[in-house]
Amino acid sequence: MKTMMGLINLEHEHYVFNELTYFRSSASIPFAGRYRLIDFALSNMVNSNVHEVAIFARSKYRSLLDHLGTGENWDLDRRNGGLFILPPDWNDPTDVSKGDLQFFHNNRDYFHRGKSSYVLVSGSQFIANTDYKEAFNLHVERNADVTLVSTKVEELKDEHTPSYRIEADDLGWVQHITNDRKNPKVFTGVYIINKELLIDLVDHCIAYGHDNFFVHGIKERLSELKIQTYQYRGYSAFINTIESFYRHNMNLLSEDNYKELFYKPTYIRTKVSNNSPVKYRSGAVVDHSILANGCVVDGDVEGSVLFRGVVVKEGASVKNSIIMQRCEIEEGAYLENVILDKDVHISKGQRIIGSKDKPFVIAKRQTI
Amino acid sequence: MKECVGMLLAGGEGKRLGALTHHIAKPAVPFGGKYRIIDFTLSNCTNSNIQTLGVLTQYSPLELNKHIGNGKPWDLDRRNGGVTVLSPYTGKTGGDWYSGTADAIYQNIHFIDQYNPEYVLVISGDHIYQMDYQKLLNQHKATRADATISVIKVPWEEASRFGILNTTDTERIFEFEEKPAVPGSNLASMGIYIFTWNTLKDYLLKDAKNKASSHDFGKDIIPTMLNDDRRLFAYQFDGYWKDVGTVQSYWEANMDLLDEDFGNTLNNKNWRIYTNDSNFPPQYIGSNAIVNHSLVNSGCFVYGKVNRSVLFKNVVVNSGCSISESILHPGTKVGKNSILERVIVMENTEIPEGTNIRVSENEEPVVLNQEILHGMLALTGGGK
Repeated sequence: MKTMMGLINLEHEHYVFNELTYFRSSASIPFAGRYRLIDFALSNMVNSNVHEVAIFARSKYRSLLDHLGTGENWDLDRRNGGLFILPPDWNDPTDVSKGDLQFFHNNRDYFHRGKSSYVLVSGSQFIANTDYKEAFNLHVERNADVTLVSTKVEELKDEHTPSYRIEADDLGWVQHITNDRKNPKVFTGVYIINKELLIDLVDHCIAYGHDNFFVHGIKERLSELKIQTYQYRGYSAFINTIESFYRHNMNLLSEDNYKELFYKPTYIRTKVSNNSPVKYRSGAVVDHSILANGCVVDGDVEGSVLFRGVVVKEGASVKNSIIMQRCEIEEGAYLENVILDKDVHISKGQRIIGSKDKPFVIAKRQTI
Repeated sequence: MKECVGMLLAGGEGKRLGALTHHIAKPAVPFGGKYRIIDFTLSNCTNSNIQTLGVLTQYSPLELNKHIGNGKPWDLDRRNGGVTVLSPYTGKTGGDWYSGTADAIYQNIHFIDQYNPEYVLVISGDHIYQMDYQKLLNQHKATRADATISVIKVPWEEASRFGILNTTDTERIFEFEEKPAVPGSNLASMGIYIFTWNTLKDYLLKDAKNKASSHDFGKDIIPTMLNDDRRLFAYQFDGYWKDVGTVQSYWEANMDLLDEDFGNTLNNKNWRIYTNDSNFPPQYIGSNAIVNHSLVNSGCFVYGKVNRSVLFKNVVVNSGCSISESILHPGTKVGKNSILERVIVMENTEIPEGTNIRVSENEEPVVLNQEILHGMLALTGGGK
């Protein structure tokens, strides 16, 4: 049976998250009440029958390691295969690789040992609930070298700027990979590649001193490779800036989007945490919001996303805001268009108001 | 060697819970929005550092076995010790069902002996309470007791419903009365015992040979020990403790969780209640929803009014609904404009639009599943 092995490559991801990435990698940014960005890439892989997944992580990965653990929440705690968190370095004095090629070069064993002949590669910023079985079938059927997963974006925004655009012929063969900002066919960062080819391309890139596998190994060698494109249809989001992070959290308050992202036969897995159900006290007035377990609400919550363990005390008001894990909002405080990172404490009667386009962000563990 | 091995009695049928225990054992009945009744005792063990535990099952154990699994949610997946599910078995000399609480332990003497413990903690999986068993064990050791029984003060007028222990000033037990008409004290046995294992083993072996015995701790073992003038002590517990043996008390115990002052029970970071957690997305509260004084678990969609109620995972309350003083088990779907008051709805029941079921305050709350609901709707012609 033809199978894929997985790779989540966090190197070379473009992002501007300011306060949110002071203490964590962008892949472990909390999202939608109880998830982290990487949960989507990881769950989509597991849902595509991928049973071994490697993660290339270079820096600030403390929170990522804590989140992933043994991989058991994704059924990736396996005797064979499972989860591999791979570092870039190796004690090899002859190593001349750069950029993500360092990871590929120093972790060749992962690819050699895996029994699959295909590799499913993904970043962490493409948010969707899907599986890549159909893309894989297409890849095998068309006998392609590489299959790029793209999606047609209805309204192009800043968050799409760093993504490549795809131009393909009627049969889906890719003709150009461009930076054309007007092209709505956006590359999701997800692709399938034949394993032998991947290893050859890694050698080629290192030989020529290149530092970016996708750019130099695939994009620049487009004419020599058979590259297909598979178009993903369905709800998706690209999250790489504070603004897109805020907007896509808010978009989930629309029931259709919420159900499209979370209520499908495939589901998004994350670390379970054993919090109690949400406790609504007598002063609770909650509408149009999503709340994760462990919250205790005794105030007003409107149009907001509350992560696990948030406490909103009597007379406090939270509007159009994203409140991350274990924040405490004291009596009479008022928050509007605000993003609170984890463990923030808002004292009695404080008023903090941001704007829709520029939400006010408060970094982790502050008292205000 | 382990100092203390726990034995959790989880085989009871819970007849008085009616439909709630038709297909599952009482300890596996859902409780408190995301838990099962047994989670409270399992978590007590984890939090009290009792790391070796036998769970004795008998009645409809499927859900219970699945729930406990390898004990991972309670950190009871250990190489040495951990949780072991002990069901009745057959051997060379035949086999039998567990005929009483003491018989269940008797039939598993070899399980306990593997660990060569000094003490054995005997508990049951059908009470809601948070208790540190180490304190009980410490007292047991300090008094050099043969058995220590945990007791709780109950209101005098209710004392005749319980097993009552009469003690001296030093907490030494001199008399045990099962449901006495005229109670001599208001110290009720909580069904939590610590025994010195060698002593208990002797009594179990003797009791097994006694054809007249019902092989029950309360009825046989404890009275015999008292007759022999063994050192039996009471340990006074003064926290919350609730037997959820009837539909009424099951409902009350759930409602207790909604009390403002009681709110920290489930959220207490120093005494967490662990369970086999699911991976449902956060709950979605719609634009016109009103949720008050309630517990709501993940995966729920709420568009109507919910007051003083407990919603388990994946429950949908549609617009125009009014749910009060009710308990909705996982997967319950309530159709538009329905009214439920003092109702317990069992797993995956679909309640049609416009259903109106209200139980008045002086009646026992009604338990519904799809079958019972069909019967009721047929009788009343649906709705109204």
